[in-house]
Amino acid sequence: MDTTLLFIQFLNGMQLGVLLFLLAAGLSLTFGIMDLVNLAHGSLYMAGAFICASLTFWTGSFIWGVLLAIPAVALVGYVTEFLVIRHLYTRSHLDHVLATFGLILVFDTSVHLIWGSQGIAVPLPAFLDGQVTLFTDVVFPTFRLVIILAGLLIAAGLYYLVNHTRIGMLIRAGASNRTMVSALGINIQFLFSMIFALGAVLAGIAGMLISPISEASIGMGNQIIITAFVVIVVGGVGSMKGAFIAAIMIGLIDTLGRSYLDTIFKLFMSSNAAETSAPAVSAMLIYILMAVVLALRPQGLFPPKARG
Amino acid sequence: MMVQFLKNRALTFIVLGLLGTVPLLMFWSGSDYLSLATKLVCLCIAATSLNLILGYGGMVSFGHAVFFGIGAYAVGIPAYHSVYGGMDLIATSNGFFHIGFAIVLAALFALITGAISLRTKGIHFIMITLAFSQMMFYFLLSLDTYGGDDGLTIDERSQLPFISLDNSVHMFLLSFGALLICLYMVHRIVNSRFGLVLQGAKDNEERMAAIGYNTFAYRLTAYVISGAMCGLAGALFANSESFVFPELIDWTRSGELIFMVILGGGGTIIGPVIGGIVFIVLEDVLSRFTIYWHLPFGIMLILAVLLGRTGIANWFKSDGAIKKPAEGNHE
Repeated sequence: MDTTLLFIQFLNGMQLGVLLFLLAAGLSLTFGIMDLVNLAHGSLYMAGAFICASLTFWTGSFIWGVLLAIPAVALVGYVTEFLVIRHLYTRSHLDHVLATFGLILVFDTSVHLIWGSQGIAVPLPAFLDGQVTLFTDVVFPTFRLVIILAGLLIAAGLYYLVNHTRIGMLIRAGASNRTMVSALGINIQFLFSMIFALGAVLAGIAGMLISPISEASIGMGNQIIITAFVVIVVGGVGSMKGAFIAAIMIGLIDTLGRSYLDTIFKLFMSSNAAETSAPAVSAMLIYILMAVVLALRPQGLFPPKARG
Repeated sequence: MMVQFLKNRALTFIVLGLLGTVPLLMFWSGSDYLSLATKLVCLCIAATSLNLILGYGGMVSFGHAVFFGIGAYAVGIPAYHSVYGGMDLIATSNGFFHIGFAIVLAALFALITGAISLRTKGIHFIMITLAFSQMMFYFLLSLDTYGGDDGLTIDERSQLPFISLDNSVHMFLLSFGALLICLYMVHRIVNSRFGLVLQGAKDNEERMAAIGYNTFAYRLTAYVISGAMCGLAGALFANSESFVFPELIDWTRSGELIFMVILGGGGTIIGPVIGGIVFIVLEDVLSRFTIYWHLPFGIMLILAVLLGRTGIANWFKSDGAIKKPAEGNHE
């Protein structure tokens, strides 16, 4: 097997994995702490991409675009929470699904109104737009490497925030027993708003990072959000560690499955049959994984310790 | 009581009477909405099937469109082979085979996936039904023989005796007849002993289990009936549109079906039909005024949920008769 290609595919899988983590982290926070099923989380990913695209053209720099888009997405998240989401916490999951489904329609159409129906390609600055030579013969696009590093940095930052700060302590306490937290005099409504805005920022950053590669387009969040749900279900709802491990795992399984499944299948079936079945199976792979996990271990692979 | 009974029934008969006649009258007076009406009726059958498990059974299936898609492809694939050869076992244009194949395949898929899914509860059930529908979505997407993501055009509609599905009036009447049969079936099921156990398990599963009912078996049976019914809807839809495509199973379609059931009134017989009519009429009316029709549509959906104004079928009942709108009690 070609190890260079394998390594490059591994990096591609890592890149998908960290993006999935950025989305899944926010989902897992809102799901684990507020018990909220937010289908519209992918819309915040899309909002991040479009806002970043506009700001990039306005400032002339992708870096400025990202830096300014982060507070903008936080604001979008906060307003969404204020207008719609906060009224849903006490409702059933079915109501969450319906209302956030409505939110998706609102977001997609608003983007259509503001930015038009065409996708927007975001230009990269020259120093990010090239390729780097990692080893003697491994060449990889610089920006994809930046995505991986940025994702890992954010993951580390989140780990610190959740495990070693006062806010993190409140988040963990809220996840295990939210009634007790509010009984101790914490403004739980404010905490929820901040967590939602944090989740929005993380999703938005994922959208900003992907926009130079696959342009900002309407509905871009609607498929990847389902994958992010797969991540948190596999990892264990409410668990940051679980979300991280599962995101990387699913990024790798999806990417490597698409490139190598036919090779593996050829070991035990005719090459014709392998070439027909491999693409189908590789596209289904992560959903098969999710169904298996749900059937055998519904709490996920790495469930948080206490859930009240 | 008697007055109330008639009042509740009256809504059902009025809605069905209008649905069965208005499209035909419009057709004969020159404006052709008949294919839209047929599509609407097919969606109403699908929503009715979802209502059985969601509204009466409390199972929030977020992948119900998968059965619709299976039913549609169960017509498309035999029709394709009937025209272009190959796969002699299923290559036929016989309508009884098509519809039977759709129902059997959908029921089989419901049996297998239901047996796994129903072991989970609450949000996990929502997610696992979604996972199974996504699997089928990507499976159909990768079937290059049958068009992949371009979809598959049906060159020859199902052949049935006495009627021709190429005739849009026949097509509409067949679909409408199927809707009436499905509504009657659901009505009979939910008022039977079986249906009462199903609703009892929705309200309090532990109690039903404690008095000796195997709630899993009841739920699975309902799930299979529901899947089969939705397969029928897909088979009719495929004939009406003479085109099938993987996006029929897109998760947003499953979301729309939930929307129809809950907006119209889950746990009422006529609710899903009302929801379906509101959905299609809004889609058609709003999209005439603006290409941005999803915006008011989404806002209305959010407001309906926030204000608790879902369940249109319940608006017409007097206070005493209002059932609580369907909640996700399957947790």
